[in-house]
Amino acid sequence: MSTYPENFRYTKEHEWVSVGGETSRIGITDHAQKELGDIVYVDLPKVGAALSPGAAFGSVESVKAVSDIYAPVSGEVLAVNEALAATPETLNSDAHGDGWLVEVRLANAGELGGLMTAAQYEAYLGGAAH
Amino acid sequence: MIRKTRSHININEQLLFEMSSPGKKAYQLPPLDVPAVDAAAALGGGGTRESIEDFPEVSEVEVIRHYTRLSTWNYAIDLGMFPLGSCTMKYNPRINEVVARTEGLAWAHPYQPDALSQGAMEVMAHLESALAEITGMDAVTLQPAAGAHGEMTGILLIRAALEKRGDARKKILVPDSAHGTNPATAAMAGYGVANLKSNSLGMVDVATLEQEMTGEIAGLMITNPNTVGVFEENIARICEVVHAKGGLVYMDGANMNALVGVARPGDFGIDVMHLNLHKTFSTPHGGGGPGSGAVACKAELAPHLPGPRLARVDGAWRWNYDLPESIGRVRAFYGNFGVLVRALAYILAHGGNGLTNATLDAILNANYIRKLLQPFYDLPYQSPSMHEVVFSDDRQAKNGVRTGDIAKRLIDYGFHPYTVSFPLIVHGALMIEPTETESKPEIDLFVDAMISIAGEIETNPALVTGAPYLTRTTRVDEVTAARKPVVRWRRPA
Repeated sequence: MSTYPENFRYTKEHEWVSVGGETSRIGITDHAQKELGDIVYVDLPKVGAALSPGAAFGSVESVKAVSDIYAPVSGEVLAVNEALAATPETLNSDAHGDGWLVEVRLANAGELGGLMTAAQYEAYLGGAAH
Repeated sequence: MIRKTRSHININEQLLFEMSSPGKKAYQLPPLDVPAVDAAAALGGGGTRESIEDFPEVSEVEVIRHYTRLSTWNYAIDLGMFPLGSCTMKYNPRINEVVARTEGLAWAHPYQPDALSQGAMEVMAHLESALAEITGMDAVTLQPAAGAHGEMTGILLIRAALEKRGDARKKILVPDSAHGTNPATAAMAGYGVANLKSNSLGMVDVATLEQEMTGEIAGLMITNPNTVGVFEENIARICEVVHAKGGLVYMDGANMNALVGVARPGDFGIDVMHLNLHKTFSTPHGGGGPGSGAVACKAELAPHLPGPRLARVDGAWRWNYDLPESIGRVRAFYGNFGVLVRALAYILAHGGNGLTNATLDAILNANYIRKLLQPFYDLPYQSPSMHEVVFSDDRQAKNGVRTGDIAKRLIDYGFHPYTVSFPLIVHGALMIEPTETESKPEIDLFVDAMISIAGEIETNPALVTGAPYLTRTTRVDEVTAARKPVVRWRRPA
């Protein structure tokens, strides 16, 4: 069974974006949460913020380091996962589900074509140096 | 509850708040010998209060014992090796302390008139010229209070110089091997941050830099040697590329302990840099301090330096406030003056050849550790090491032991941990910097400890993941502490 949902697209920086709905959610991958270790704080944008691909829109702090989160696509932030403020550990336990970060309205669905599918991402993880 | 395990050490040390007893105090004021003033009336409404809620009331001896007991729980450079990579935890020579306690320097007041401060001003002028000579730069400010403050000052100088050219620009390039504070500094100075990936040697890739260095880039913030402990061998070319596109180059001086007396950043193309006097120049650091982040720059940036500036007028030192292009003050008065005295004492005690020898010894010590530990720990970048060496925990991770666990176990062997999990471009980094301070016997003890731990990981990994055992507090729950921090005491309900 694949760990990485088929209805997500993935970046080389280990973010995911869900596809197929009216809106998309964005998060970090299970691989990313494992590498970061215990996550203690999540910094997210405000509702209404504009994301542009490759630009940092927030950050995740673990006991090891603070890491930027890069937008996989452009879009407007419709909602942020407020629950993470009190329970950042959800990112460790359920990175692909309850650990979502923001919900966006995609500005350009064509951008999804430049991202990796689940199979491509798993192959990328297999071949990538740490 | 066990209250004491040793005759003089309390293992369950209370907080001062918990020791408080109403009415106890550690001061006594002389009788009032001037007319009494009604403070409430003088300060106006709301400016005074009768008491501070839950302020601890303890006697002098209780305060002294509390902090002295806590100090015995601590580790210090005066107890043993402190191999914290990129932090340059070198010995603080006692001669520095003797000089800093010179009466006219220790008791100088910042509001003293210039005419009565000539000695203190001479110390600062001498230190400025020594640091300019060491860095190959034209001008130095001693105001910044520590390293990141120096970075901020340096980037503001770049902004001022580019604005004067009429081309302010928007972004700063920061290599992924740079010191961790660099991206934050660029952001605080109002720039966007563009990340520059290292090549397989752990160095800035010149071809990538040529692509990224566009007309919107104000400059490059580079750490050299970088946080992998590798000297950027293309540094002259790197500076040329940035300059050719109209940018300026900032160098983070965190790792200057690998260069002093051997190579000068001003000679290889750097425009502005900071020095950590509390690292490279042996002033107290890590709980001691305060720090000092002197900034050195080339002539083009000098008019923008923070003021006031020292000026020689009619054979005496004066403070010059007439600096129309200055970015303004970055700190009250003239910097952490006591630290400046210590740094100058260190420089003069060593002399030029002594500083060069210290640098060469620091590099030799790091490479000695690299050679002895390489059979036991993975070395991800094979480029020559300078003053520090960075291993990866990849081999130990196969047994479920990570760099943080090895660091905790090292405490049981009597050493302060190395730098854990940094730089981020090395997976599970162990970043080790011995400095020139350590003798061969001390380094051999450290190496033996690291080899012994590598053996424990093969035979009994749980021993290492459960460490430390010999400290007053065993492993603390860092995750819960970070997620649910308790940052102030509250009286129990």
